[in-house]
Amino acid sequence: MTTTVERRLPSVARVCRTRAGVELKEFFRQRESVVFTLMFPVILLLVFGAVLNYDLGSGVTFTQYFMAGVIAAGILGASLQNMAIGIATERSDGTLKSLAGTPMPKSAFFVGKVAQVFVVTVAIVVILLVIGVVFYGIHLPSGTDWLTFAWVAALGSAACTLLGIAVSSLARNGRSASATVTPVALVLQFISGVFFQFSQVPTWLQTVASVFPLKWMAQGLRSVFLPDALATQEPAGSWELGRVALVLGIWCALGLVLCVRTFTWQDRTDR
Amino acid sequence: MRSATPLDPDAAISVRGLVKRYGRSTAVAGLDLDIRRGEIFALLGPNGAGKTTTVEVLEGYRDRDGGEVRVLGVDPATGGRLWKADLGIVLQSGAGDSQLTCLELLRAQAAYFPDPRDPAEVLELVGLTEKAGSRGRTLSGGQRRRLDVALGIVGRPRLLFLDEPTTGFDPEARRQFWALIRSLRDLGTTMLLTTHYLDEAEELADRVGVIAHGRLVEVAVPAELGGRGRAPATVSWTEDGARRTTETATPTAFVREMAGRFPGEVPDLAVARPTLEDVYLRMIGDPRQ
Repeated sequence: MTTTVERRLPSVARVCRTRAGVELKEFFRQRESVVFTLMFPVILLLVFGAVLNYDLGSGVTFTQYFMAGVIAAGILGASLQNMAIGIATERSDGTLKSLAGTPMPKSAFFVGKVAQVFVVTVAIVVILLVIGVVFYGIHLPSGTDWLTFAWVAALGSAACTLLGIAVSSLARNGRSASATVTPVALVLQFISGVFFQFSQVPTWLQTVASVFPLKWMAQGLRSVFLPDALATQEPAGSWELGRVALVLGIWCALGLVLCVRTFTWQDRTDR
Repeated sequence: MRSATPLDPDAAISVRGLVKRYGRSTAVAGLDLDIRRGEIFALLGPNGAGKTTTVEVLEGYRDRDGGEVRVLGVDPATGGRLWKADLGIVLQSGAGDSQLTCLELLRAQAAYFPDPRDPAEVLELVGLTEKAGSRGRTLSGGQRRRLDVALGIVGRPRLLFLDEPTTGFDPEARRQFWALIRSLRDLGTTMLLTTHYLDEAEELADRVGVIAHGRLVEVAVPAELGGRGRAPATVSWTEDGARRTTETATPTAFVREMAGRFPGEVPDLAVARPTLEDVYLRMIGDPRQ
């Protein structure tokens, strides 16, 4: 007779570490994701910085303004676009179904994704800041601005990660997710004050943009990179940091509800 | 609907009256099944017969609409991580694309299980040792399928589900795969195999079950499925320039009698029993039969 040995499952923390390693390798070894998610904001910064280096008044260059926008766009790419495309791909090719058939704790999968978003986001922010400082003489934030930077980035990133996971369920596969999410992200970038000053966006489009998290992320980051004198150019005449936190918080809650209600480990067409 | 016989508590898999509906269509209509510990059981059936649905209920992927199911003594609908640790699942769709190397994938998979096999040994077992450092997505179809099997067995499962594991294999790869499956059986692994290759079922399975219209039509050892062991033999030969065929329950006597009529060899003599494919096609109601 075989004796029954009390077998102990590996700890959740250990599986989380394994998943984080898997997710980082999956991201950084894939040329498409590295180019689109990591390099795209860098290229934007280089191109816009070279072409549009005019003065916004108060001695602030456009690049200083653009820094906030391109970081917000980078966070959007690392979280929403990355999650939507990545998870849609994994759902359609059977990766998720396979994982669901193992004793991997489901939470570890999401921890791995969060680790991926975190590392990619930090990488994007660091690269953009270094390029900004070295090539365009960007003034880095100081003192408590860093704190604002941290919470706006973290809250925005959380909201967009949850939204990305939710949006992945709408797409049939990674390619269709990319075809849906990429244009939406681009339009949001245009109307949310990433590429040019938000005050130049027509009012009705400002209203549309105000529904989505990107506008609030960009606005919160502008408070970090721009002198307070420029707050008068914002729609409300101030940085509205309280409202930034509120809207991003609401998006987190909404994204979480959507994820819980829509996430599946299997393709809907799989029968 | 209550089944006459109770669930078999000692079986690896025990199913009574399984029902699964999709909308108004019934995919599984009261299926009973017992798979013994340590055996290789092949589930045969045409596409749409309810094969994959049944297996996915057993694997815990799908809810059922009726019936009792025990897999390793546990109801799959409530099976937790420890229960899953005893299963190995090789899906028809495979394990997906990856940028990780074969060895990295196996190491990650092993990290989910309490008592995994050594990833390098598993690669050796499926014949992918030279591909240890190759990324998952660069493998050929057959190599990828072997990687799927490797991922399925690295957790040291007591019960292994194999859904059409040899699709896309060349004949030599299939023979190697069959040897692998036999060595896993020797280690005591129970296996539920679904396949479209009847020779594969005949080669590997201790018992085969045929599923049609959502029910298990018959369960038997491969040599006796559909009354195959008792079925009349077909004797054929050439006489007067024409091909003759006769069905007989006593082929030996028939051939002995015929040998007397011919001066020497009986031209083109052949004695055939129905193949597994013949009885299978008859059972699932193939219109060609």
